[in-house]
Amino acid sequence: MFKMLNPRRFYHAVGRKKFWEFILLAVFILFFYGPLLNMVMLAFANEYSVPHILPEQWGFKWWGYIFQQQSLVTSMIQSFVVAIITTAVSMLLCIPAAFSIARFKYPGRKLFMLSFLLTNAFPKLGIYTSIAVLFYKYNLMGTYVGVVLIHMINSMMFMVWLPASAFRSVHRQQEEAARDVGAGPIRTFFKVTLPMAMPGISVATLYTFLGSMEEAQGTMLVGMGRIQTMPVAMYGIVLDSSAVQIGAVFAILLIIPSVVMIFAMRKYIGPEAISGGFKMK
Amino acid sequence: MSNERKVKLEIKDMTKLYDNGDGVRHINLEIYEGEIVTFLGPSGCGKTTILRTIGGFLDVTEGDITVDGQSIIHLPPEKRPTAMVFQSYNLWPHMTIYENLAFGLKLRKVPKAEIDKAVKDGLALVSMSGSEKKYPGQLSGGQQQRIAIARSLLLKPSLLLLDEPFSALDAKIRQQMREELKKIQSDLGITVIFVTHDQEEAMSLSHRIVVMNKGKFEQVGTPAEIYDNPQTLHVASFIGEMNFINRDGKTIAVRPENISVRPGTGDDLDGTVRTVMLLGHYVVLNVQCGGNVVKCNVDRELSDRLSIGDKVTLKFNKCSIFDEEEGFVPVEQ
Ligand SMILES: Nc1ncnc2c1ncn2[C@@H]1O[C@H](COP(=O)(O)OP(=O)(O)OP(=O)(O)O)[C@@H](O)[C@H]1O
Ligand SMILES: [Mg+2]
Repeated sequence: MFKMLNPRRFYHAVGRKKFWEFILLAVFILFFYGPLLNMVMLAFANEYSVPHILPEQWGFKWWGYIFQQQSLVTSMIQSFVVAIITTAVSMLLCIPAAFSIARFKYPGRKLFMLSFLLTNAFPKLGIYTSIAVLFYKYNLMGTYVGVVLIHMINSMMFMVWLPASAFRSVHRQQEEAARDVGAGPIRTFFKVTLPMAMPGISVATLYTFLGSMEEAQGTMLVGMGRIQTMPVAMYGIVLDSSAVQIGAVFAILLIIPSVVMIFAMRKYIGPEAISGGFKMK
Repeated sequence: MSNERKVKLEIKDMTKLYDNGDGVRHINLEIYEGEIVTFLGPSGCGKTTILRTIGGFLDVTEGDITVDGQSIIHLPPEKRPTAMVFQSYNLWPHMTIYENLAFGLKLRKVPKAEIDKAVKDGLALVSMSGSEKKYPGQLSGGQQQRIAIARSLLLKPSLLLLDEPFSALDAKIRQQMREELKKIQSDLGITVIFVTHDQEEAMSLSHRIVVMNKGKFEQVGTPAEIYDNPQTLHVASFIGEMNFINRDGKTIAVRPENISVRPGTGDDLDGTVRTVMLLGHYVVLNVQCGGNVVKCNVDRELSDRLSIGDKVTLKFNKCSIFDEEEGFVPVEQ
């Protein structure tokens, strides 16, 4: 058995292609899951100092610490509130926009789509700063409205492009067939078009929610410290290097919503679902 | 075709043009109750366009369409007494077959028990019993088309519009579906408009055929009328096999089975035998007559006496003569 661990034996046993695939996978795992593992380990380390590999003492000390800190708990609540509002408002605004882009031809349609790309192509900080100037004028600095607006700027592109392509993958005839059997235009939208575009919409919603959960730059700037979401609070903690473990615990807390959301929407997520929604053969 | 038959659908001088100028112009047609009328024509001639204006998916540019004497052009599709089966993408892939079929009935607030029965009967009608729980993606293209037909029939439309519903099916099932459609139509007594570019399908299915070309009606008539007396060169060439012989600026159109052949010279057209092909109970003779090759169907008794290179003379028992400058002169000889 141990003979197999000799690299040369291993190489010849599995063949050249497999061997390199294996090496690649090993490196990949090390790079991506190494830090992750380290982080999980740190989160459950009561005592840890740098030269060691394993913690000196395991435990839930830092979890307890975080949940006792009123400010940290509020930051979590604020994060969720902001993410939920951002997602809901984005859906309300972007899904109709996506539908109009997919279904109607009007001048400026292409430009409209491209404008979303621009907000994502320019350096964020520049955009945030110029927005901050505007926000000062309208008293939006340090308000939920301001923070939600900043988050929406980030999610707009996904929220319009993905659902638009999902709507486009619904064939005209499928909508017309619904009209033909007696459904009005509104019922047709809710019973046929929307359900068929649902995979694309769910993925976009997921991106928006998770994006909002982890947005820090803009929130810090526009929230002015008054609105402290989890990532913002985390910045403070990570900079305060005496407690690495708090950062780790926070990171895990930040991952939980992603995992829950991905699990809840697993039916809709996947390369095929993202590209085309439900397809007929 | 007696005169007191009730007119189901009337298209009155209807024009539908797309933004780019394509479309159909000045269409006039009456369709009687319980009739199967087929629109036949090459791809892009406007068959789907007419069907969609009847179904309510396209606005007409000019003219009127009436069903049972009532104009329908201002009604949205859901208010029209028509049901349409599209060329493709008829079903909703996120619903089961049962849900697909029940959708229209639920909108009409039909009680559950009745829906169940209707769905069951509908599936039986198109030989798809037992597929209630499947999703459209799990069916073949042909099966999907059958479900779509069943869905339209469930709603008991007074006018059924079918846009090349069998084009995705293979020859054998196509044949079978035609028979089934004919039977369903006569059982239910519905009026059917059927679109196809397959002349054989049109001939075998229809009470009347509308032959179309480039956005216009070329001829409307029973399959026999269309076959025996084509009114234009296009109809003559589109339906069945036809020889075209140019003579004095006129074109003579004659079918292979309407030519008598005898050895020698002196009838309508002289020529020499080029090929002899045995096709079962009859023989196809290709005769070289000047610049034309004329195809004739003859019997074994004659073909056995002929060999390649023999001089023969042809007599046209029935032919149509078309003048060069459009128009036509169907002459019987
Ligand atoms: N939405 C549209 N916009 C512009 N032109 C169109 C549109 N739909 C069809 N046409 C044009 O109108 C003409 C008739 O099209 P139509 O779809 O009615 O043909 P068809 O007889 O059904 O052909 P096929 O047998 O290929 O289905 C074609 O020249 C086509 O290019
Ligand atoms: Mg068509």
